[in-house]
Amino acid sequence: MLDFIVLFLTVGIPLSSALLLASLGETVNQRSGVFNLGCEGVMSMGAFVGMLIPFMVGGAGKVAWYVNLAGLIASALVGALLGLLFGVVVIKFGAPQGIAGIGLQLFGTGLAGSLYRHFIGGAQGVAGIDAIRIPFLCDLPIVGKMLFSCNPMVYFAFLMVPAVHYLLFKTSWGLRVRACGTMPRAADSMGIDVSRTRYQALAFGSAMAGLAGAYLSVCYAKIFTDTLIGGRGFIAVALVYFGRWSPLGVMGGALLFSLAQALQLAVQAYGFTTFPYEFLVMLPYVLVIVVLIFVGKSKHVGPAMLGKPFNREMRT
Amino acid sequence: MKHFKLIYTAGVILLSVLLTLGIAALILAVLGADVLKTFWVIFCYPFTTLKNLSGVINIMTPLTIVGVGSCVPYRSGIVNIGGEGQMVMGLLLAIVFALNTELPRTLALPCILLCGVLGGACWGALPGLLKARFGVSELLSTVMFNYIAAQFYSYCLRVPLLDPAVAGGSGDPQTVKLETSEWLSRINEVFPSLDKGLRFHTGIFIALLIALIVYLFMWKTPVGFKMRAAGSSERAARYGGISVSRYMVLAMMISGACCGLAGTVEILGVHHRGLGNCTGGYGFSGIVVALFGGLHPLGVIPAAFFFALISYGCSALQINKIPVPSNMIDVLQGLVILVIVAAKLILANPYLMDRAQRRLTALLGRKEAA
Repeated sequence: MLDFIVLFLTVGIPLSSALLLASLGETVNQRSGVFNLGCEGVMSMGAFVGMLIPFMVGGAGKVAWYVNLAGLIASALVGALLGLLFGVVVIKFGAPQGIAGIGLQLFGTGLAGSLYRHFIGGAQGVAGIDAIRIPFLCDLPIVGKMLFSCNPMVYFAFLMVPAVHYLLFKTSWGLRVRACGTMPRAADSMGIDVSRTRYQALAFGSAMAGLAGAYLSVCYAKIFTDTLIGGRGFIAVALVYFGRWSPLGVMGGALLFSLAQALQLAVQAYGFTTFPYEFLVMLPYVLVIVVLIFVGKSKHVGPAMLGKPFNREMRT
Repeated sequence: MKHFKLIYTAGVILLSVLLTLGIAALILAVLGADVLKTFWVIFCYPFTTLKNLSGVINIMTPLTIVGVGSCVPYRSGIVNIGGEGQMVMGLLLAIVFALNTELPRTLALPCILLCGVLGGACWGALPGLLKARFGVSELLSTVMFNYIAAQFYSYCLRVPLLDPAVAGGSGDPQTVKLETSEWLSRINEVFPSLDKGLRFHTGIFIALLIALIVYLFMWKTPVGFKMRAAGSSERAARYGGISVSRYMVLAMMISGACCGLAGTVEILGVHHRGLGNCTGGYGFSGIVVALFGGLHPLGVIPAAFFFALISYGCSALQINKIPVPSNMIDVLQGLVILVIVAAKLILANPYLMDRAQRRLTALLGRKEAA
């Protein structure tokens, strides 16, 4: 039984990191009042770009490490760029964000798939970034394998939780972002440039989504496929609701969802093949819906003006 | 400047078309394709033979039905992106019925289609109910329901409905082929005098009929009026005594019913059996089609034709030796959505038009003075 739990957690924690990065970014987006449903597309592009650079440049040893890092940075930049593109559509023109998000999702996944076939083609992997073993701690029984021999990006993802919390709740930029999401008109009258703040938040959030994609392709799967992201972008958006727009809550959601997924993998690894695995794959999605039902009831937690375009020239 | 509004509208539309084509051309150039030849294949190649045109019409059929279905919730203030799941649940129920029925063709066919409608409607009602009762965002719940439906479907294909011929083999799981009497016949089978190349199935007539029915329902009946009222101004509708949440659920049911029907028609007309991935992404493309068609059931018909055209064109790129993957269709669709929603808002913004008009008048005035 202990073996089972250890396996279950060692699979679950790396799984949660991509979701965690993406939904932390989405939290910042939504706190500023922009609902970015195109997270999936941004993640796809991030995954592709993150893998493209190590694949093209290659290298070994120390060089490979820098190349991989360059890939991660490039994926964050591409993510930010896509976020700004989305921003032009939804902030400047005030387009309905849900629909524009679907557009971004189709555009991003389609583009990543097309470019992948042209530049990489076929199922070619990269060496990617391997897990690091923290000296001494990784030799501890049970927790050593679970917590202290993970991929560096996993640690980065979990470190981003307090970082985003600090950013949103302890800095003046965070206050501005939250003001733009809760009451843009008041923020505007206090001299805050609502559009600019939203662009900034969108760029930051999308960069995180890009990194999340790159984590999947460079660190987790070490390969890019059309189905690599597999709906994680949409889950990330749902987790923001789940976590009630707070980084800590989002972390809880990401862990819960990933552990539910890991349960399926662990069950299969232990050979309970008679039980149809499809129902286990379904489990996390059902879980999200159930949780959304409970979150949906409380109305006063989220940013009040989430998804509403702001135009200072229009009357309300 | 009497016709300024018309000129302005035309200008914005023209600019957005050029912008879309420009970005697409840029991407094609990056992919190393001959841009003009690619555009020729995407937009003109489908017209070259009757067989190609039939292919376009076969794609247009489910697109029209899903697109029409997507208009209804949009008009009622709710967005349905669960088309994929509703298609799957509809066609699943239809297949189960079709495999077990002994009815003669004239009875069986309508019953199978009705099963598809029912399956989709029930699956579509769920997110509507969740939204109405618990305030769960339909954008998220429909996506989750898509995954749940997809998993359930693949389970059904793998275990209870598995074709014994592929059982234990390495082939993809699929169901037994349906009886020929349950297929939607091809147009050249119904009218033998027609050219042999015209081979699209008769589902297109169902699609056109659905578009007409939904149009009449939404614009010529009191229920349709109330739904549109709930969509255009929720508060005003509520003040007018309309139960907004009830019409929300109804809209989702209608949309789900259309998606279920689309899935069933696709099975009966094209695949003739349940396969993995037989929804072909129409659940998502239907949304694009609805937007492109101005969220009007009759506008959806030409929009569906257009998207079927580029979809067929994109899938024919490889045959024409153009090194562009068929994922290009997603890129184009995404671009079109982004450009359309932006262009629509530009057109709806009176301040922008005012400013443009003043600039133009000033410009023209200066010329006249000089």
